[in-house]
Amino acid sequence: MLFSATFKKLKQGLSRSRTQLNNRMSKLFTGSVPLTEQMLEEIEETLISADIGVDLSLEIIENLRKNFPLNQVVDMATVVAFLRADLSQRMTSKPGEAEGHEKPYVILVVGVNGTGKTTSIGKLAHHYSKAGKKVLLVAGDTFRAAAIEQLAIWSERSGAELMQKEATDPSAVVFDALQSAKQRGLDVVIIDTAGRLHTQKNLMVELDKIQRVIKKVIPSAPHETVLTIDATTGQNGLIQARQFSQVTPVDHLFLTKLDGTAKGGIAIAIHHNLDIPVKYIGLGEQIEDIQNFDPVSYVEALFQVRETH
Amino acid sequence: MLEQLSQNLEHVFKRLRGHGKLSEDNISEAMREVRRALLEADVNYKVVRTFINSVKEQALGSEVLRSITPGQQIVGIIHKELIDLLGGSTAELELSGNPAIILLVGLQGSGKTTTSAKLARSLRKQGRQPLLVACDVYRPAAITQLQVLGKQLDIPVYAEEGNRDVVQIAQAAIRESARYAANVVIVDTAGRLHIDADMMDEVKNLQKALKPAETLFVADAMTGQDAVNAAGTFAEAVTLSGVVLTKMDGDARGGAALSVREVTGTPIKYIGVGEHLDKLEIFHPDRMAGRILGMGDIVSLVEKAQEDIDVEEAARLEEKMLKNTFDLEDFKQQLKQLRSMGPLGDLMGMIPGMKGIKDVDIDEKRLTRIEAIINSMTLVERRRPQILNGSRRKRIASGSGTKVQDVNQLIKQFQSMRKMMKKFGKMNKRQLMKNLPMGF
Repeated sequence: MLFSATFKKLKQGLSRSRTQLNNRMSKLFTGSVPLTEQMLEEIEETLISADIGVDLSLEIIENLRKNFPLNQVVDMATVVAFLRADLSQRMTSKPGEAEGHEKPYVILVVGVNGTGKTTSIGKLAHHYSKAGKKVLLVAGDTFRAAAIEQLAIWSERSGAELMQKEATDPSAVVFDALQSAKQRGLDVVIIDTAGRLHTQKNLMVELDKIQRVIKKVIPSAPHETVLTIDATTGQNGLIQARQFSQVTPVDHLFLTKLDGTAKGGIAIAIHHNLDIPVKYIGLGEQIEDIQNFDPVSYVEALFQVRETH
Repeated sequence: MLEQLSQNLEHVFKRLRGHGKLSEDNISEAMREVRRALLEADVNYKVVRTFINSVKEQALGSEVLRSITPGQQIVGIIHKELIDLLGGSTAELELSGNPAIILLVGLQGSGKTTTSAKLARSLRKQGRQPLLVACDVYRPAAITQLQVLGKQLDIPVYAEEGNRDVVQIAQAAIRESARYAANVVIVDTAGRLHIDADMMDEVKNLQKALKPAETLFVADAMTGQDAVNAAGTFAEAVTLSGVVLTKMDGDARGGAALSVREVTGTPIKYIGVGEHLDKLEIFHPDRMAGRILGMGDIVSLVEKAQEDIDVEEAARLEEKMLKNTFDLEDFKQQLKQLRSMGPLGDLMGMIPGMKGIKDVDIDEKRLTRIEAIINSMTLVERRRPQILNGSRRKRIASGSGTKVQDVNQLIKQFQSMRKMMKKFGKMNKRQLMKNLPMGF
């Protein structure tokens, strides 16, 4: 697993802001004290500040109330353990693996503008190339200025091939790419798509068409549809996931930009509500800044109590 | 945009207005719901706390409770507080210096490059001569992206391939600006994390060297609670003069809009409302507050109409309507003008009271089909629809990829529309107003 190397960087990211953000929490979460209404409120705010969402935060607080009577002395360590367990339990679905699938293994990457689709594709390409796979990148973003050039640079860096066509319908590029990958026995095909807001109906229709074209060439594909979610995204992320799922079933999330101070809690809400697990996390702009997601470590990092820098 | 928040608040207000008298409990309950609505809209929890406390304090004042319409009073207080939170009054771009320098900064993916181009376009429309400078030397193909956008707009772009010293690039661009006959220089920078010390130093150095008239923080409207951390840290590192909120069209909860201003202490100057380069609007706090509270934004609608509609053409069409010489060619022109204002759904949202109706799916495709049918007619047919016999209709249907029934339906609709216009033409102005169908 990628993740074993990892966690340090994730923790680094999640902890950088800690000095300012979580000072209050460390104070809150140490020692044995009576559990007050105000403390519950502060825990709620801590959850909300991680973008977990109001509904889910209230649910977790309710759960906490049921298990820890008000005004009784509790060891805060057990409260933290309880919170961690509660959150982990909401992310139990496991992402699927590429192994065991036929060739080519087709990955469709979708998402809102600026969430990091192209960069994430570069990282995925590197990941598979490094494992000795023959990878083909498909430039399906024929809309944004220089999107193809950007993907071309990632293809060079990762050693993956690139299929591009200037200014055509993305479905046409996808069709050609899949035909060629099938004939030449390539291992992995990763399809880039234009960033689209889930509210733009015509672009969502275009996405539906891409998906149908994929199925036409390879009926079992796409084997994996990945939605990139920016870790800084708020509650809108849930709607993004829901809307994209309605057009094309989303298998996994790629949670990007987790090297900042954002906690990416919206991923928990998405997993909890729509049962779409996070498979990868993005932790920087370099090609190797990709990790497999591990809910337990993630939740642990979210509620890190005392930091030793 | 901001629909969800708008809906949730409307719900609370409805109940508040329903009470003849308000007790302290009523108000506390309402405030709890407002708090929840704001949090769900991604407004930062600290900002929410301050907001709620301030509203509550005013709402519990004796004047409000004793008034005949306490609910309405509280809505008024929230409206006022929202405007305050959004920045009070509209803030203009400060363009001193020759060339005036605008520096755009922000996180990755917030939309700096697109905003640079949109801003250049908007300034040129105001009679300025912009020059775009590509200082994102890190992201693959970022320079190309700006160059492509510049080419689309026919606005010059200054870039130095291979040079990684952004201060050098920007200074050279400013020196060269006279050669481009530019009086505004817009510097696009790389996206950076606010906790990346080296990258933050770069932007600090840029500001020190360029002394820009405007340093704008570009923020994604879909950002959640972290918006305040990023914005706050940027505001500490460099002196910000304003904020641009992007992707406001993505039914963003828009909470960032309410938080970022508070944290940076600088006004929101523009909002990005679409990927096309004309989708940049000046931000008006009062209008936005009105939209959030479901009061509509008729001022923006009228302005939009003025910007997008050819006034002479509109007057000509109106004349034809009243004289009953309006034909299908005119209808096509009218349709084109209407559609140039953007998706009809967006327009509906600006009309007071139409917020709820906005969900009704306005079928843009049908309009496209109507246009296609008219386009498949000859000019003579458009001018004199009465000559459209069976075989002509069949030809038009196959030409526009529609069915004969569609063509029939359009002609029928057009005829009844003309009949109505005939009636209008005979009326005097006052009768006309009375008979005008709603929403027409």
